[in-house]
Parts: sequence; structure tokens; C-alpha cells
Amino acid sequence: MNNIISQKSNFKGSESTFKFILKELKPRGKFLTPFNIISVPVIVLGVIIIVFRFINGIGSVTNLSQEVPWGLWIGFDVVTGVAFAGGAYVLTFMVYILNVKKYHSIVRITVLNGFLAYVFYAGALLLDLGRPWNVINPIIGNSFGTSSVLFLVAWHFLLYMIAELIEFSPAIAEWLGAKRARKILSGMTIAAVIFGITLSTLHQSGLGALYLMAKDKIHPLWYSEFIPILFLVSSIFAGLSMVIFEGSISHKVFFNQISEKNHKAQNGIVLSLAKICAGAMFAYFFMQLLVFIHGKHWDLLNTPMGYWFLIEMLGFVVFPMLLFVYSYKRNNIFTVKLAAIITMIGIIINRLNVTVIGFRWDAPIHYFPSWMEFVVTLTVIFTEIWIFRWVVNRMPVLRESPDWVKDEK
Amino acid sequence: MSFDRRNFIKTLGVAGITLMAADTFGTIKKDNKGNVEFYGMLYDSTRCVGCQTCETVCAESHGLPAPVGVPKSGVIRKTDELHRTVVNSFKTSKGDVFIKTQCMHCNEPACGAACLTKAMYKTKEGPVIWRGEKCMGCRYCMVSCPFDIPKFEYHSSNPKIQKCTMCNEKIEKGGIPACAENCPAEAIKFGTRRELLAEARKRIVQNPGTYVDEIYGDQTAGGTGFMYISPVPFKELGFSTKLQNKSYPELSKGFLYSVPSVFVLLPPLLLGIYEATKKNNSKESDENE
Repeated sequence: MNNIISQKSNFKGSESTFKFILKELKPRGKFLTPFNIISVPVIVLGVIIIVFRFINGIGSVTNLSQEVPWGLWIGFDVVTGVAFAGGAYVLTFMVYILNVKKYHSIVRITVLNGFLAYVFYAGALLLDLGRPWNVINPIIGNSFGTSSVLFLVAWHFLLYMIAELIEFSPAIAEWLGAKRARKILSGMTIAAVIFGITLSTLHQSGLGALYLMAKDKIHPLWYSEFIPILFLVSSIFAGLSMVIFEGSISHKVFFNQISEKNHKAQNGIVLSLAKICAGAMFAYFFMQLLVFIHGKHWDLLNTPMGYWFLIEMLGFVVFPMLLFVYSYKRNNIFTVKLAAIITMIGIIINRLNVTVIGFRWDAPIHYFPSWMEFVVTLTVIFTEIWIFRWVVNRMPVLRESPDWVKDEK
Repeated sequence: MSFDRRNFIKTLGVAGITLMAADTFGTIKKDNKGNVEFYGMLYDSTRCVGCQTCETVCAESHGLPAPVGVPKSGVIRKTDELHRTVVNSFKTSKGDVFIKTQCMHCNEPACGAACLTKAMYKTKEGPVIWRGEKCMGCRYCMVSCPFDIPKFEYHSSNPKIQKCTMCNEKIEKGGIPACAENCPAEAIKFGTRRELLAEARKRIVQNPGTYVDEIYGDQTAGGTGFMYISPVPFKELGFSTKLQNKSYPELSKGFLYSVPSVFVLLPPLLLGIYEATKKNNSKESDENE
């Protein structure tokens, strides 16, 4: 492995860089892994469904209706996916703004994860557009719908992807052995981080604000004027839970890429993330409580949707919060991971409650996604993991930067 | 210099005022306060006989298939991507009453505020129209519309949003919408919103026994272009009682207004914290050395 890296730094000139990239495009390692055996057929099937959808219309593969125009692809892929990508802005805030050096070793992989999440989940948005050829309209300026929350969200997605790409770009430069480019790109990191955090604050809450006008369509236990703030606060622990979850998998799958020092540091990082999660979840739960009391919906608690609300709040917010507290008091890594997974399920439930389950809860016919919507969603996730794995195997994401980077410092 | 800066600005100002004047002194009627008056329609359910002429002429003039089914009490027919308007019948305390459903052409339409490409657009004359060359098919208008009016062609590779456009192309040429033009019972009246409100109030005042004292659309959703008067309370006629009187775009205004302040305030704050922690750190490392 070290061999390859030192070779790379010797590359000069565009022709050899091109050859190098061609070589890198080839798959590495065993092909018949369990993940590949499951993901390849799903991706193939998903691509067929996507082609079918563009020929015959969205209605031919989804169960969307005139009453429920946004389903799984928006509610899960976009709204939930972006919440999980929130780890990137929280971590860059701690590492670059607060200067907490402790988390430095996991910044790159989190930013990569966030960047790919945005690329793929915003990409999933394209699948849901009826007239995707007009998607450039709000960008190139021939028709700016500035009064639209979706306009804000669309622009923020685009700009944030650029910001995250800049934050991640030093790793690409190190991979290509481009020393000068690396120097310039890493000089842009702080600007990109500040810009990125501002954008994240606004579009994490913006995703909730999308539903503000659907006041009469969302169940009152989930609708309030505070959806944007609740979405923003919950994106903090949603993102960090994803970081914990993804980290525990990465440390197994990419074991040999991680240095001894970082392996040892991992448990400390996970425990302190658990602490932050618990804090953010307490703030979130307290806000939910205030919103609930403010909304005066006591009578609704004794209905099926009310029980569901209580399960979400107690089972998937309070319980994992206590579990996080327990974990860092007892230094228990296993319960941190467990709490992270429960929290993530809770976030999925919460986002779907606002966007799908609680949306038109009173309609005679309920929306339930078709199997094809599920397959396409899995296709998006699996393709993202493929790209993620490809990048981690090649660029210095988890492993240490090549020696010439340290020499320059 | 013969053409100095002050003169230049003056010229710009004059040009600007001329442009604005050309815009406001057009063909649109205004009330005595200078507000632009929207066109709208008034539907009198005491006059409607449920003949479905409006449904038929609407379908004909927009190249859509003929109406399916007839108004029958207990059966709610809905507008869809093939039918921009439907008439339903309701059994009420005063016998069968018909109600026509179509776009309400809100004064401040939620669909228009939701649209990120201004494809859904309220014209200066009042109709809320859809412009295919701008629309990207995201269906956010459908999520936002409190009346569930925009309908999407789910089974097309080049899908359109279908909704009543108040026959905008006819209004632009000085005509009136097909349904109002052809209604044999004169149940649909076309005019400026102010005239229609006055007419509705007149009918209610002159026939207190015939109408309930309410104009649906006067306040609902911030006021709508299409308004109803009826012999029975509107909740007997399938109208949603949940809708607010404030306009729907009002709901996301607070969030949108906060965006510029976040953009102005947050980056300097972050930069400040960054600088503060950086200095702190270097001090620490100095001490360590």
C-alpha cells in the first residue's frame, strides 16, 4: 500500500495521470463478497425500473396519487438522507471552527459520506421530477421562484455539494499526487467550512419548512410552525449517529487502512460523540415537548396516531438518549452503537411521519410505496456505497496522507 | 463632462418611472386605492341546476375528454388530470344543492409561492396559470395547495400539470371563461373580484331567506378569485372547514425572511469563533514548547 502512494507522488504530466486514473478505475479485491452478491442484482433491477419510469411516467412504477404527490423517494431518499448527511457540518464545525483536534481523523470520511449522500439523494430527486429537463430553470436564472422554500433548498443543495467537494478535495489532490493543487485547495477549506455550515443550517431546516404550507394535510401532532427548527436540531444527532454507525462498519471493512493510533483513538471519539448526541437529543426532546404543550393536542394522544407519536418520542428519542448517557458513563462502546442505530431508526420514523405517514393520514386510501419504489431506493443507497468504497480504497480518506504532505508542513 | 454622473442617474430614474408607469397604467382595472383588481368568478349555488354544461365546454375548450358520470348525492366526483372542473350534488336541509369544483384562483396562491420556477403563476389579471416551459414537475404545488387543485399526469413521459386556468387565453383577448359564458342558468358570473363581492353581498341582502350570510372565498385562504354563495352553510356542501383565513404563503414567510439574517450573521460568528480558538491553540502550543 505504501508502495503505491510513494509511486503516485512521483507522477508528473497529464498523460501519466490519465493512465493512473484508468488503472485506478479497475476494481480491486475479491468480487464475490456478500455485499456484492446482494447489491449487484438490486442495482441492475433498479436501473431497469428507472428506464421504465422515464418511458412510461412516474405513475407506472410508483403508488403516488393526486392526493399524495411526494412519497418514499422524497420522504426517505431526500429528506431522511440529508438528515443523515448532517454529520459533515457538525464535525467540520467542531474540527475547523472549534479546533477540537480529537475528531480530525474522522473528518475526511464524514465529509466524503456527506458529499456522496448529497450527490445521490439530490440525484434521487431527479428521478422524482416529472420534467427533469427543466431542472436547470431555477439555476440559470430564466425563472427564479424566490418565494419558494424549494428554490432555497435546491440552491443550497448545489452550493453545499460544491463546498463539500472543496472540503474533500485535498484528499483527491493527494491521491493524484498534485502538490500545488493540494496547497491551493486546502487553503480554501476554512472558507468552504464556514459557507457549508451556514448552508447546512438553512437547508436542514428548509427541508422541514417545505411542509409548512401543507398545514391541513399533516397530522397535527407532527405539524407545527417549528418543523424547521426541529429538523435542524434533529439533524445534529442524526448525522452523528450516522458517523458512529458508519465508523463502526468502516473500522471493520477497511481495517488495514487505519493506523494503529487512529484505531486506539476511535473508542474515545465514539464516546464523546455519544455525549454530544445525548445533549442534542435532550434539547430536541425538550423542544418537542414544548411544541406539543403549545399545540394543545392532549386529546389526540389517545388515538392510534397518538400512540405512534408516543412510541416515536419515548422509544426512539428518550430511550436512545438515556442509552447514550449510560454508554459514556459506563464507557460501553456496544451500547453507543446500539443507541446510534435506534436513533437512526427514530429519525427515519420521524421524517416519514411528517412526509409520508402523517401526510394525508385521514385520507380514505393510504399511500404505501410500491416494491419498485423500494428497489430504486435501495439502488440509490447501494450505488452510493459502491462509490464510497471505491474512493476509500484509493484516496487517503481513512489512511494517513502520503509522506510528502507532512514534509510540506 | 457633458454627461456627468448626476445626469446619468436622473436619466435612469426617469426611464425607470416610465417603465413602471407603462406597467401600471395598462388595461387592468384598479380600485380607488390604486390596487390592481383581479378578475374572478362568483358561483351561485341557488341557480345551478347541475346540467354539467360547464364541464362539457371546459373539456371541449381545453382538448380534454368529455365528463364522466353525473352529479348524484352521496357520490363525490373529483377533478383529475382529465377533468378540470366537476359539479357535485349534496343532500342538504334545503334539498339538493349543486357545487362546482375547480381552481379557486387565490389572491396569494400557495402553489405559486411553492413553485421554484414560477411555472405556477398568478397573472396580473387574476387567473393562476401553469407554464410548461418552466415547470420541472416536482409537484410541490400539489403538496402546498390547500384545495388539492393541481393534478399531475402520472402516466406520461412528458407530464403536464392540469388545472383550471380561468381560460386565461380568452381573458387576455377580452373574452370570458367558457364555463361562465355558457352557463344556461347564469349561475357563474365573471367580473372583477370587487364587483363580484358587491354583487354577492347585494344578492344576500336582498334575499335574506334564500342565502346564508356568508361568501366562501371572501376570506378563506387569504381570499380567492372564485367565490361561492349558497342557501345552506358551506360545511354541508363538502367544503373543508379546516382552512385558515390567512393566506397559505404566509406560513413559510417567517422562515424565508430569516434566511438573509442567517446568511449575514452566521458566517462572521463562525469566523470569530475560528479566530478565537486558533489563537487559543497557538498559545497553548507556545506554552507547551
